Amino acid sequence: MKDINIEDQFQAKIDAEIKIEPKDWMPDEYRKTLIRQISQHAHSEIVGMLPEGNWITRAPTLRRKAALLAKIQDEAGHGLYLYSAAETLGVARIDMLNDLHSGKAKYSSIFNYPTLTWADMGTIGWLVDGAAIMNQIPLCRCSYGPYSRAMIRVCKEESFHQRQGYEILLTMMKGTDAQKRMVQDALNRWWWPAISMFGPNDAESPHSKQSMAWKIKRFSNDDLRQKFIDVTAEQAKILGVTIPDPELKWNEERGHYDFGQINWDEFWEVVKGNGPCNRERLEARRQAWEEGAWVREAATVYAEKKARKNQEAA
Amino acid sequence: MTKKEALLKYTLRLADNASILGHRLGEWCGHGPVLEQDIAMTNIALDLIGQARNYYQYAAKLEAAGKTEDDYAYLRDPLDYYNLLLLEQPNGNFAHSIVRQYFFDIFHYLFLTALMSSKDKQLAAIAEKSIKEVTYHKKWSGDWILRLGDGTELSNEKMQTAINVLQTYVGELFLMDEVDEMMVKENIGVDLAPIKEEWTRIVQEHFTEAKLKLPDATWTQKGGKQGYHSEHLGYILADMQYLQRTYPGAVW
Repeated sequence: MKDINIEDQFQAKIDAEIKIEPKDWMPDEYRKTLIRQISQHAHSEIVGMLPEGNWITRAPTLRRKAALLAKIQDEAGHGLYLYSAAETLGVARIDMLNDLHSGKAKYSSIFNYPTLTWADMGTIGWLVDGAAIMNQIPLCRCSYGPYSRAMIRVCKEESFHQRQGYEILLTMMKGTDAQKRMVQDALNRWWWPAISMFGPNDAESPHSKQSMAWKIKRFSNDDLRQKFIDVTAEQAKILGVTIPDPELKWNEERGHYDFGQINWDEFWEVVKGNGPCNRERLEARRQAWEEGAWVREAATVYAEKKARKNQEAA
Repeated sequence: MTKKEALLKYTLRLADNASILGHRLGEWCGHGPVLEQDIAMTNIALDLIGQARNYYQYAAKLEAAGKTEDDYAYLRDPLDYYNLLLLEQPNGNFAHSIVRQYFFDIFHYLFLTALMSSKDKQLAAIAEKSIKEVTYHKKWSGDWILRLGDGTELSNEKMQTAINVLQTYVGELFLMDEVDEMMVKENIGVDLAPIKEEWTRIVQEHFTEAKLKLPDATWTQKGGKQGYHSEHLGYILADMQYLQRTYPGAVW
């Protein structure tokens, strides 16, 4: 009886838009769902540094190089806030990292695609950050306080990244044929993975219903995807590129763009680990972690020595 | 060599130092030993690239040939690059990167402190702006010298190995050539002899605390300031200049 009461009170708070804070009572499933979602999000930020990092040394101007470095650094910062937000739920960063390195934890599948030309830096900003913003703006109102506050900060930076990415593409589209070709090619490769970022269709999305009731999620996958496509189709026109979907067409009656079927077989293959870069991405993370072990250990030992010395001196 | 030519070369050396070390640090981005340090290294890379841009922009003004900052960074051959050899050395493990950084940071800090009094107003202004950043760089790398030198046996060993490997490039930091001498005479450039003395004192003191040894100089590798580099610079520039060289005239 008592449990039901607590759970009712919890749901009443959520319905009244009162934020849940770390020390408040929450159902185990709510906690688990958040840990899974926030840590996946944190991992996505960290793994997401790699495809863009691939172009730092080849950035074409000093201004672009600085902007790219700053963007990737922002992603590292987002990873930090998100790991911290997850830690308020009682899970340690080291455990989350171990799950990432062992392959148990997932991250956004989009980062398992390769970055082949400089246009990919623009396209990732435009589409990948664009889709991320669509997903994340509702998370600023998420029922869990620390996550919602982290997302407010993240969203501000992401919208800057998106504009920056779009501007890279605009510049290239004003350039040579070779540059225009790179932009169109990048769109061809990133379009379908980007619209898959919203996740499976609503009917196939196992966690959605409960997450909506708990106000972790505010809009369904399909609603967000539609919104993204509507906005992006217009931006593609301004850019002068063709979205690689022959079925993409404005539907006057619906007030939305119609679009073709996502290849969900490919999506699930990449989730399972069979994308073009799954192995490299995970290996890069593991390698950085393993090669840094002696550094972290030395820092810990040094801090202990210093603490002891301070204690003796006191 | 005219004074103007010397000043241009002097400025390009400072620009190349910042650009090449910034480039090397950028290679760490996403691969650091822990997230916080990944962020710190990218921060320093960003500071250095910002400084390089200030110097390159000034060089463009001095040369008055309609060049941009990117013409200097992206369209010069290795023979026309003037950075110190130390800064183009590969990242190696974290110890190598820290020692390279620390050796340069102490030098850089002392150098900029002196450059702030340069008769050349633009160089003095860039130095004044940069020194705030470099004060942080030297604190960051200095802290790591202590942590890793006086951390575990393994970390001490890795640090000492890195020091022994990189020590041969230290002498070049203080070598004066015709350009330096002309700039010192004009009260524009920095006399490196007192800097060397101060650098050695600071580093030795710090190393003693960190249980590390600064070996006696046996041989100094030199040539970077004059455009004669190690094999590494060619690869750095092959990456860096790839797009600009492959698509001449394209705007990015």
